[in-house]
Amino acid sequence: MAERVEARPRRAEREGSPWTGLWAVVAKEMADHLTSARMRFLELIILLTAVGTVYLALQELRRTEEFLYLALLTRSRDPLPAFVGFMGFLVPLIAIALGFDAINGEFNRRTLSRVLAQPIYRDALLLGKFLAGLFTLALVLTAIWLLVMGLGLLRLGVPPTGVEVARGLLYLLTTIAYGGVWLGLALTFSIVFRQPATAALSSIAVWLFVTVFWGMLVGLIVQGLTDDPVAQTRWGLALVRLSPNTLYSEASLALLHPTIESTLRIMGVITPLQLVQLQWAVPTPLPLSQSLMTIWPHLTGLIAATILLFALSYVLFQRQEIRA
Amino acid sequence: MTTGAGEEVVIETEGLTKRYGDVTAVDDLRLRIQEGEIYGLLGPNGSGKTTTILMLLGLTEPTAGSARVLGFDPVREPLKVKAKVGYLPDQVGFYDELTARENLAYIAKLNGLPRPEAERRLDEALERMGLADVADRPVGTYSRGMKQRLGLAELLLKRPRVIILDEPTLGLDPEAAREFLQTIRGLKAEGITVLLSSHLLHQVQQICDRVGLFHKGRKVLEGTVPELARRVLGGAYRVRVHAQSERDLRPALEGVAGVRAVIAQDGVYELEAERDVRPDVAEAVVRAGGKLLGLELEEPSLDDIYARYFERLEHQHQDEQAQEGEGVTARGGAR
Ligand SMILES: Nc1ncnc2c1ncn2[C@@H]1O[C@H](COP(=O)(O)OP(=O)(O)O)[C@@H](O)[C@H]1O
Ligand SMILES: [Mg+2]
Repeated sequence: MAERVEARPRRAEREGSPWTGLWAVVAKEMADHLTSARMRFLELIILLTAVGTVYLALQELRRTEEFLYLALLTRSRDPLPAFVGFMGFLVPLIAIALGFDAINGEFNRRTLSRVLAQPIYRDALLLGKFLAGLFTLALVLTAIWLLVMGLGLLRLGVPPTGVEVARGLLYLLTTIAYGGVWLGLALTFSIVFRQPATAALSSIAVWLFVTVFWGMLVGLIVQGLTDDPVAQTRWGLALVRLSPNTLYSEASLALLHPTIESTLRIMGVITPLQLVQLQWAVPTPLPLSQSLMTIWPHLTGLIAATILLFALSYVLFQRQEIRA
Repeated sequence: MTTGAGEEVVIETEGLTKRYGDVTAVDDLRLRIQEGEIYGLLGPNGSGKTTTILMLLGLTEPTAGSARVLGFDPVREPLKVKAKVGYLPDQVGFYDELTARENLAYIAKLNGLPRPEAERRLDEALERMGLADVADRPVGTYSRGMKQRLGLAELLLKRPRVIILDEPTLGLDPEAAREFLQTIRGLKAEGITVLLSSHLLHQVQQICDRVGLFHKGRKVLEGTVPELARRVLGGAYRVRVHAQSERDLRPALEGVAGVRAVIAQDGVYELEAERDVRPDVAEAVVRAGGKLLGLELEEPSLDDIYARYFERLEHQHQDEQAQEGEGVTARGGAR
């Protein structure tokens, strides 16, 4: 019997494509998302937010500004934040809503073993669910983006320039990548926790932590690390960027507010003294290529975090017993 | 043995073992299931039935040993196994907000069936299970029995050669359970091999050609029900006599050749006999001046067989202990 055990092939040698059935899963899950009451509700909220913020922004705009359409997304009127600000917390919310009951929901409905008894691998089910969430998110965000552009066109009467469209699209891409991180987290929690409510609350707890507490915590950590103010800034910046929120807001800023000042601030090379020296440069807009270079690490960071979280969920799911 | 089974072995395992930490859920299992038979994987809860099934489908990996289903290794070629084997898990669930048709359409897609073919099979399967009228209702409105039938309809989609049913009668009322088992019986007629698990031995013994009785992860007994009855109950026939008489009929009944024991209770006599003694018993009752009201041969019950087997083991065990004397730690389990 011993040699049988050794002769048993490892999982890596299993036959057949791991992606058999992937698109069937994606189609089913997307249909579910797009018809669910949960998503309808969130879509309504994001729609109202978009219309409201853009409407207010329109009133604040001066027609002579250079990047009218970008200002549409970033200009705010007190006390409301701008469109980008709202996105910073609506996107995680939607992403979490799309993923928190992905796997445990199947467990609780006792559909998981039935689905996995079909000729597909677990890989297809998990990736299918992830992609369906991501596609749904992309669909919703693109629709909102188009809506904002359309509103702008109606009210401003001038079409966006090529640069504005390009920057807007990059911003859209970044936003989707940012959503991917939270989707990955929610998916992981949907495997770890049997109760969807627990998974949802845990995801939201993590989100609160990185949005609200991480910044404060970094301040404390940095003070404990060193007394040198320059080193403190360096460390602070490095630590604070572990949060996807930081990456996202910095990238949004660089894309939608293309001044050298904002760019340098993101790059972390600016000090008050340098700012004075650079005063002359502030009105000059940065070319798109420069902005892109600035946010490249941010974008790849967000994508890498998404992939990492998905890989984690993959490992957890492969090891899980599927019986109810 | 009339199992109507073909020669080909469709499921075989060798030394199949699954351990969860210290718990051995399935222990060194050797199983041979022939094409076209209905095999019952029977035993109390926690005896390793579900674990065995999951290993056969490649849904959980064995700790040791190997399995072959339709010639494929479930560890290495699970897709090939699952394409030809239908599995109905215990307490099967569906997407409640979707209709029966939509639920099955998803499964058909996962099986890679092209649209028109899927539609055809879907209608056929729903019709067959008597669900055609309610096919467009959300499954959330279905009764337990309907869901179970829908589960079977789903299995038929892939035109399976083997179907594996885990506790198929769980949660069904006796009538629904009986009907469901008859439906399963009907599938056998089409040459589908059936492996079913249950802890309700008496309920499924009727339809099983062969059974394997499990205890703590081990298969302790295997064979047809009459075979096991002969082996464990010593070939005893149980005859129940319902008779009316002024006198006690016990002596008369005990006098019948082949009767080993008589238990009397309120005019009902339970006989244990070596053969089917019904004709002789009828005669004896009449001759003793009694009125025969009922006479029936009791099927040997699997529950009896199971219980008796462990009683005997227990006795053997005690005897052994007595012989071995004190200071020897008890050896548990069968063997
Ligand atoms: N994931 C698991 N972790 C630990 N023990 C398990 C697990 N799954 C099953 N078992 C144990 O394995 C044994 C057999 O379980 P199972 O195959 O479900 O039995 P049955 O289906 O006959 O009721 C039980 O003792 C059960 O507690
Ligand atoms: Mg079980």
